[in-house]
Amino acid sequence: MIQMNGRDHDWYEGMTIQSLITDLNYTYPILLIRVNGTFIEKENYGNTRVQKGDDVKIIHPIAGG
Amino acid sequence: MSVVIAKERVDEMKSSRRVLKTLEYTPTKVQKGYTDKTLYINLTDNQVEFKDIPAVVKEKFIGGKGYGLWHLWKGVNADTKWNDPENEIVISPGPIAGITQYPGAGKSLVVSISPITGTVIDSNVGGHFGPLMKFSGFDALEIQGKAEKDVVVFIDGNKGTISIEEAPVETVDSHILAEELTEMYADDEEDKRHISVVSSGQAAEHSYIGLLNFSFYDKRKKAQRLKQAGRGGIGTVFRDKKIKALIVKYKGVKGDSNAPVDVEKIKQVGMKLHKEVHDFDDEQCQMRQVGTANLFETMSDYDLLPVNNFQYGSHKDAAKTGGRAALKKVLQQDEPDGCWFGCSMSCAKSATAYELQTGPYKGQKVVVDGPEYETIAGVGSNCGIFDIDYVLECNFYCDTYGVDTISFGTLTAFAMECFERGVIDKEVTQGLELTFGNKEAAMELLHQMARGDGFGVIAGKGVREMRKLFVREYGADENLLLDIGMESKGLEYSQYVSKESLAQQGGYALTNKGPQHDEAWLIFMDMVNNQIPSFDDKAEALHYFPMFRTWFGLQGLCKLPWNDVEPISNRSVEGPEAAKVPEHVQNYVDLYNAVTGNNIDKQEMILQSERVYNFQKVFNIRLGVVGIEGDRAPYRSMGPVTKEEFLSREDRYDKQMKENIGIDPEGKSLEEKMKITRDFRESQFAQLRDTVYKRRGWTVEGIPKVEHLQNIGMDLPEVLEVVQPYFK
Repeated sequence: MIQMNGRDHDWYEGMTIQSLITDLNYTYPILLIRVNGTFIEKENYGNTRVQKGDDVKIIHPIAGG
Repeated sequence: MSVVIAKERVDEMKSSRRVLKTLEYTPTKVQKGYTDKTLYINLTDNQVEFKDIPAVVKEKFIGGKGYGLWHLWKGVNADTKWNDPENEIVISPGPIAGITQYPGAGKSLVVSISPITGTVIDSNVGGHFGPLMKFSGFDALEIQGKAEKDVVVFIDGNKGTISIEEAPVETVDSHILAEELTEMYADDEEDKRHISVVSSGQAAEHSYIGLLNFSFYDKRKKAQRLKQAGRGGIGTVFRDKKIKALIVKYKGVKGDSNAPVDVEKIKQVGMKLHKEVHDFDDEQCQMRQVGTANLFETMSDYDLLPVNNFQYGSHKDAAKTGGRAALKKVLQQDEPDGCWFGCSMSCAKSATAYELQTGPYKGQKVVVDGPEYETIAGVGSNCGIFDIDYVLECNFYCDTYGVDTISFGTLTAFAMECFERGVIDKEVTQGLELTFGNKEAAMELLHQMARGDGFGVIAGKGVREMRKLFVREYGADENLLLDIGMESKGLEYSQYVSKESLAQQGGYALTNKGPQHDEAWLIFMDMVNNQIPSFDDKAEALHYFPMFRTWFGLQGLCKLPWNDVEPISNRSVEGPEAAKVPEHVQNYVDLYNAVTGNNIDKQEMILQSERVYNFQKVFNIRLGVVGIEGDRAPYRSMGPVTKEEFLSREDRYDKQMKENIGIDPEGKSLEEKMKITRDFRESQFAQLRDTVYKRRGWTVEGIPKVEHLQNIGMDLPEVLEVVQPYFK
């Protein structure tokens, strides 16, 4: 289990930020992502491993609509 | 491809004109974003007056929507209806409007009493009319009274003349009328870009959802493009006053026409944002390529796209018909396309040389402005129609006929669901097979609105009036129609599914004018980001964002450059603050100070809005929209109304029942589960409403407290007079 935006979320071996985005179908083009408080650059989504128990925040910084 | 107006046609229009009033004036020069003058016109007796705007009004109402509300308040009384002569249409651009160095700075705000809500409506619109009117000497145009016959009002800001003229032969529909009047008033081709026309269309005469088109001349396409003040039926008021058009002509727009105190600061802030748009837009929202329509595919991915009258939130054909790739095939993208000078975001897209397939203009090749996200979702997916050509056709006719695509989409979707559920039949619709996906029937409904015949006249009165009629005349189940009729205060919902975002349910219903998302759009903050989990968090957001976004309407600004491009600095902003985009908020504070010479900060900015927001709330109370019933939301905005809706997301609702409500769904019947879900969601909404009212300084009945009005400086005697009876 990980914390995904403050909610419980299933974890699996080999999970990366990119695979998590794909699993969640997060297609909005602007995402601000932190893992345990550390900001992750877009080019590192594929090589950033998510560990069991991590606190992941994937923020869609839009309040415009 | 533009409509070509022959010289003979111009001669015919000129020879049929009858001048009712003409006068000369000396245009007041703009100083620090203001002229401090209002142009007042009464069409009943052709009175024209130049009013000074008092300093206290400038301080408390700022401009734009604030000026509109203040003028309207003075012009009407508690019993005024939308079609009474004393109702007004007020147009005001606001102090920042007219600068050319920062994107999105040419907006006008239009205020009136709405035919569809019976209370105050405001609409934010692009096009050149507002800034050109300000440079012609006026911060606001206040129109009252009713003409006997169709008239136009012409303001020449260079010559300093105003005229009211009977205009019997001009076309009513906007795509032709804007071209006719431009041809008539322009000295030559170059002069056309100095003209802006406000107009409506035939359907505004037969419906309550009429809009106003504000034009801007596109030199490249050699056509008047149209931007819409869409919401709430102001076009219906316009045609009821027998106004065919307002025309302003002003030559001489320059970078310093707004006479700001510190133009260098404005340039500096503007350059920063232009660079962000240049560097990031292609990889972020692609506003320059497809405009607001970029959201269509995304909304479907997040289960937020309204499908079949807001029953469902996604559709397999969404990407194919309204996705970015599909849009790029039909939209012209190879040139800058902004609705005011200097807007590098350039989201005002168009499809050119679109050949119309139906209606009175069938066969014409026309420029279709848009489509915006709201239009594709409203007339498309929400009606079960996934066909981009239909969207373009419907978009064009809505604009030229002068009806709001959002209301047209939502009311058509409602009629379709009523038809499919047997609430109405072909006898009621007078032959229209109004099933979801039937684009031919939907187009015919729109043409009927324009002609004023058939079921179009009934539908054109909006969801609320349709509901009442179906219950009264056809024995419909009122509770069902209250649940599925997507309106609040009489205004049709804009195009987002709010079922899974309690905050957005409030963002739609706990509003001044009705469910238009321009007060607060909190779906991602709430549902996806989970940044505002508690009632207090949501209430804080439902205080901040409506106040912040009201500010755009005070200044004559577009909100899109605020958060449709993300600055690098936002990466270091954590928590809900990121949604505010602090760097861009500071840009706006800097712009305001640089234009006006005042010295506000972010807190004062919110206070400016809070005064006007509360004034509008009190205005609603004055007009009889009082208490929690005024903020009623249809259950479909909160949760699944029907069995099929529940079953389509059964796993989600079962999980929520277990985790959020604490009840095990195992062994429960479908009806039991639906009731448990509904009771919970309705109680959540009620609790949210109470918390929001408290945060806004209102009573549990939604009345602004006297002490609160005093604290924020909106304690004008006439305001207190309205609320004080509720505290005796």
